[in-house]
Amino acid sequence: MWSPEVSLALTLVIPGLGGVFVALLGNKPNLREAATLVSAVLLALNVAHLIEIAPSTPTLVLANVAPGLELAFTLEPLGAVFAAVASGLWIVNSLYSIGYMRGNKEIKQTRFYVCFCIAIASAMGVALSGNLLTMFVFYEILTLSTYPLVTHKGDEKAKRGGMIYLSILMGTSIGLLLPAVIITHFLAGGTDFVAGGLLALNDVQPMLAGILLVMFTFGIGKAALMPVHPWLPNAMVAPTPVSALLHAVAVVKAGVFSILKIGTYIFGPELIAATPTSDALAWIAAISIVLASVVAITKDNLKARLAFSTVSQLSYVTLGVMLASPLAMLGGALQIIMHAWGKITLFMSAGAIYTATKKTEISQMRGLGKYMPWLFIAYTVGALSIIGLPPMGGSWPKLFLMQGAFEAGHAIMIVALVASSILNVAYLLPLSARAFFSPADEAGLKKQPPALVIIPPVITAAGVIVLFFLIGPMRDYLEPVFMTTANTGGS
Amino acid sequence: MDIFANLLPAELAHHVPVLVVVIPLIAAALAAIMPNGRAGWTVAIITASIVALFSLVLLAQALDLGVISYALGGWAPPIGIEYRVDALNAVVLALVGLVGLLCVIYSLPSVADEIEEGKQALFYSAFLVCFAGLLGVTITGDAFNVFVFLEISSISTYTIIAMGASKDRRALTAAYNYLILGTIGATFFVIGVGFLYAATGTLNMADMARILQENGHDRVTEAAFAFIVVGLGLKAAMFPLHVWLPNAYAFAPNFVTAFLASTATKVAFYALIRFLFSVYHPDTAFVQMSFTWVFAVVGVIAMFVASAQAIFQTDARRLLAYSSVAQVGYMMLGLGMGTVLGLQAGILHLINHALMKGALFMALGAFALNFGVRQVADLAGLGRTMPASAMAFTIAGLSLVGVPLTVGFDSKWYLILAALERDWWWAVAALILSSLMALIYIGRMIMVVWMEPVPAHPGAEVKPRHAPYMMLIPTGIIAFANIYFFFDASLLVSLSGAAAQAVMGG
Repeated sequence: MWSPEVSLALTLVIPGLGGVFVALLGNKPNLREAATLVSAVLLALNVAHLIEIAPSTPTLVLANVAPGLELAFTLEPLGAVFAAVASGLWIVNSLYSIGYMRGNKEIKQTRFYVCFCIAIASAMGVALSGNLLTMFVFYEILTLSTYPLVTHKGDEKAKRGGMIYLSILMGTSIGLLLPAVIITHFLAGGTDFVAGGLLALNDVQPMLAGILLVMFTFGIGKAALMPVHPWLPNAMVAPTPVSALLHAVAVVKAGVFSILKIGTYIFGPELIAATPTSDALAWIAAISIVLASVVAITKDNLKARLAFSTVSQLSYVTLGVMLASPLAMLGGALQIIMHAWGKITLFMSAGAIYTATKKTEISQMRGLGKYMPWLFIAYTVGALSIIGLPPMGGSWPKLFLMQGAFEAGHAIMIVALVASSILNVAYLLPLSARAFFSPADEAGLKKQPPALVIIPPVITAAGVIVLFFLIGPMRDYLEPVFMTTANTGGS
Repeated sequence: MDIFANLLPAELAHHVPVLVVVIPLIAAALAAIMPNGRAGWTVAIITASIVALFSLVLLAQALDLGVISYALGGWAPPIGIEYRVDALNAVVLALVGLVGLLCVIYSLPSVADEIEEGKQALFYSAFLVCFAGLLGVTITGDAFNVFVFLEISSISTYTIIAMGASKDRRALTAAYNYLILGTIGATFFVIGVGFLYAATGTLNMADMARILQENGHDRVTEAAFAFIVVGLGLKAAMFPLHVWLPNAYAFAPNFVTAFLASTATKVAFYALIRFLFSVYHPDTAFVQMSFTWVFAVVGVIAMFVASAQAIFQTDARRLLAYSSVAQVGYMMLGLGMGTVLGLQAGILHLINHALMKGALFMALGAFALNFGVRQVADLAGLGRTMPASAMAFTIAGLSLVGVPLTVGFDSKWYLILAALERDWWWAVAALILSSLMALIYIGRMIMVVWMEPVPAHPGAEVKPRHAPYMMLIPTGIIAFANIYFFFDASLLVSLSGAAAQAVMGG
């Protein structure tokens, strides 16, 4: 095999070239989709290779911007795992996109697939970034490249949603994240991600670190911590594959992943625990978890409900970081994986229902289970995982978060987590019940949906169950990351 | 850079400092007698190419040797006029030379469209006079000579702004306003230089600095300082002396706006740096006070007030003009920090801002040529009808906001680092807030370009139509430079660092 640096470069090159080919093959839809699929598979294989070599930390300098400033990739376990989740689900989602975009005869499909490639490339960039500057650069490209996807329909509603999307994400990132990055650079003389925490190693005052922590947490608008969450529900004007991969996986997870990575490698768990603001942020995260779930119950539109559910579930990760105990942070990392698989299942189900019946409101979806049994089984499995019931993967992060909360002396947070699970039952399962047990109010389906919108959610639902049993290796892989402290570690 | 240093034969290379100014002056006379616009343009393009090449030679020499001193007519300074090039004005010269060349390439289709045929050759003549004046201000080491060249460039600028009258008669009042204010500014400046002459008995700036250092300051030199700052500040459109600028930019021919926005105000700002740091010493108490209370504080006010005004403009070029005033505020803030890092950040932003505004105004000129765009609302649908120009506009716009992958990001980075170094947290907050205001006004334009549908014209379907290549390519080059110099920031960062060192290092 080639050197690790080549693999690092390939994570950017593959989706980049994929985008070029998609653009060139714009008028040959079958070849164009083949280009997307081939890139997705190659990328996943490449990332799988990275996972293997991740205990070592090769670095690849992409560009020497100026003295002391460089764009660089550094491999480490957290980033490798996030890259694996995003690239793995890209394959499934590409299959699904083909079914959805063709089934709904969407316009401008070439632009759609090109932007998708760029978005995936930038998500990979965020995952593998070796310093804050690189992370910030790819974070912004991710925002800009997903904007055309959000406004894909081009009508007034899409424009308005896109406006909110862009202003909140750009506003927070330029207004808070950028100064936080520069201040970090000023305090520590660099922005590299360092085991044990860059700021901790530079003995930054807890008060100052606390202010920075707030700036990072809200500056990363993609993490959708209340009150910077409104972009997420508004982004649901996008076609469902976008909502599924980007707004349940790549974009939002890039946000919480950034918080996790910054928490781990810029602050370090000990410094976070020492800051005066982390408790307040943990409370805000807990409030987000509960409040967003309550809002979700009030939504009848399925995608809107899932969007608020995402807001709630993302805050689990933020909560894990703010609790700053190794187990809680492990729970946060696992939540990135498990929630991605669960939520993409739910979003793809929503899109499949829309493709088959053009229905968007939950109250209209009576009795559909008879016509699409596999789909609704997949939906139910995904929902159970979000709720956190074994044997679905989603049960592990909740367990670790609860233990972590206890370990960090914030046992009260367990209440929020339990309340959230109950609320999850209340807003996710009624659709399953309605689909399977209510009589259908129409004679039947107008048409059977394309197989390509049914099979992908079934695959991811199966994945959710498989992930439950893979907890051992995942824990072994991730846990050392959070065990390194500023005193013992440092490289 | 080394290839430029030894490019010319030694005999010629020695005289490059004066040739940079003399060639455009002679060419201006030549252009005036040309029979038509195209011939006038040919003179201009040849001149601009030579100037661009020479400016690079000077930059390479200055970086190599430190200071180049050229005695005009063989009269040794301080008696004779000295042309003096160090890293600071070499950088500004190269900027003016290169951007000037791109602007001249761009000018042919734009000027052909906007100025009547009979006046075009004269227009190029006036432009070359202005060009020579700007280069002269930059290169000279003589305080009175600065005034002379400043007036040469200003008077010709009034003319070329007024030539926008063939499209919009309001160009005449805009030029007249500028003439009145510009003359007041020039008067202030020359009074200041006169006071300095009275106090020191010399006009050579290096000599002045030496004598001021030896004799110390009194009321006369302090008054001279105030006059000079106001006089040059007016030319540089420093808030609140900027009132001439929005109308001048809005009604001048598009090419003139692009040229002035990326060179003229930059040269005036350079002259200000030269007086503040080279003639006066930055350690002097009243200079220090002016840094904090005139430059930094007023700069911050400019960033807010002018950005807010930009948000509420409906005319596309006026909007960008107010944005320019705000951006000059960034440079004032950088300069006002009074540190090497701050000045470096200010100079870096001076270069970067020339790249941003050059591309933005050039793209607007292309829009105006094809679709008569003047208002922000007219930008609708240009993403579909002129995608290449619209893309250049978008890149430069994002650069103005400071989005990563563009030079605007570097500006923000270094300005904020410099502010942190001085513990000026209020300046950090101001920089961030005004970036967000830039996001609002530029975002609004970019949204209209890409998201609004092509306006329906009864009877005729609007077809995609690229700008002429002679406009598109220079626009594309400057827009690309906005991205390129992010990845190769070390070049501009080291140049601006050398420039700041040249006046503060010792």
